[in-house]
Amino acid sequence: MTLWFWIIVACVVAFLTKLLGYLVPRKWLTNARVARVAGTLTIGLLAALTVANTASTGQHLVLDSRLGALVAAAIALWLRAPFLLVVVAGAAAAAGLRLLGLP
Amino acid sequence: MPTTLRDSPGARVGLSIAVATGLYGISFGALSVASGLDVWQTAVLSLLLFSGGSQFAFIGVIGGGGSPVAAASAAALLGIRNAVYGMQLNALLHPRGWLRLASAQVTIDESLATSTGQSDPVEQKRGFWVAGLGIFVLWNAFTLVGALAGDALGDPKQWGLDGAAVAAFLGLLWPRLRSREAGATAAVCALATVLAVPFVPPGVPILVAAAVAGAIGWFGYRQGPEGEGLEPDVDPYPGTDSTDGGPHS
Repeated sequence: MTLWFWIIVACVVAFLTKLLGYLVPRKWLTNARVARVAGTLTIGLLAALTVANTASTGQHLVLDSRLGALVAAAIALWLRAPFLLVVVAGAAAAAGLRLLGLP
Repeated sequence: MPTTLRDSPGARVGLSIAVATGLYGISFGALSVASGLDVWQTAVLSLLLFSGGSQFAFIGVIGGGGSPVAAASAAALLGIRNAVYGMQLNALLHPRGWLRLASAQVTIDESLATSTGQSDPVEQKRGFWVAGLGIFVLWNAFTLVGALAGDALGDPKQWGLDGAAVAAFLGLLWPRLRSREAGATAAVCALATVLAVPFVPPGVPILVAAAVAGAIGWFGYRQGPEGEGLEPDVDPYPGTDSTDGGPHS
C-alpha cells in the first residue's frame, strides 16, 4: 500500500513540475544557473542509476554478469544502435554470461 | 506558408519519433514488473507520471531494494528538467485553458526536441502535439504489452532483465554526454554512488549523487554549453545538433 502511495505522489509531483514551467514567469527559469542545475541533475542521476544497477546488491558492491551487460550496451550505443536494441543487448549479455556460469 | 497536415514536416518527424519512443515502452513495462511492481502500478506510472527517465528511475530504485520514498525522490529530481522544457514550450506555443494542462502532461524530452527543431510556429505546434500525443498513446500501449510479457516470463534474472535495466540507464545517459564537462559530471556522480553504497540504505546513493550533481551545476554553471544534459534520449533530428537548432537558447 505504501508503494501505491508513493507512486501517486511521484505522479502528482511530476505533473506539477511540468505545469510549473507553464506558470512561472519566463525570467525565472531562463536563469542560466537554474537551467544548468536541471541539466547536471539529469546527467548525475542517470549516471548514478547506471552504476547502482550495475554494481550494487543491497548495500554491497558486487561485480557480476551485469557488468557484461554494461559493456554490451556501451558497444551497442557506440555503434549507434536504437534504444530498444541496446536494451536487448544488455539482457542478452547478462543472460548469456549466466548460462556460462557467472553469477 | 503552412502546409497541410499530410506534408507537415513537424508532424512527420513527430510521428517517427513517436513510433521509436513508444516502442521502448515495452522495455519499461517488462523491467517494471521484474523490479517488483504489479501490472497496474506499471500502467499508472506510464499514464500519469509519463516521463521515461523518471519512470525508469522509480523502478530502478525499487528494483535495487530502495524504499518507495527514495524511488519517488529520484523520479521527482529527474523530472525537474521538464519544468525548464515547459517554460520553453510555453514561450513557443502559448497554450491556454485546459490545453495548458494537456501540454504540461505531454511535456517530455522528445516533444520539446521535435517542436524546437522546427522554425515555423505552425510546425512547432504540430511537431509538439504529434510527438507528445503519439508517444503518450504508444508508450502506454507498449508499457502494457511489456508488463504482461514480463509477468509471463518468470525469473527475470534468467532472462537477463537486470542487465537490460543497466543498458536502459546507459542508453538514457549516453546522448547527454556530448561534452567533456558532461562526461566529468557523470564520472564524479558515478564515483559518489559507488562510495555511498556500503554506508547508506539502497536507493539513497542515487540521492547522494543528485546532491553532488546539483552542486556541480550550481557552482560551475559558467562552464560548458547551455542546455547541457537537456538532450532528448531519442534524437528526432539525427545528424544535426538539435540543441543548437532551436530558438530556445
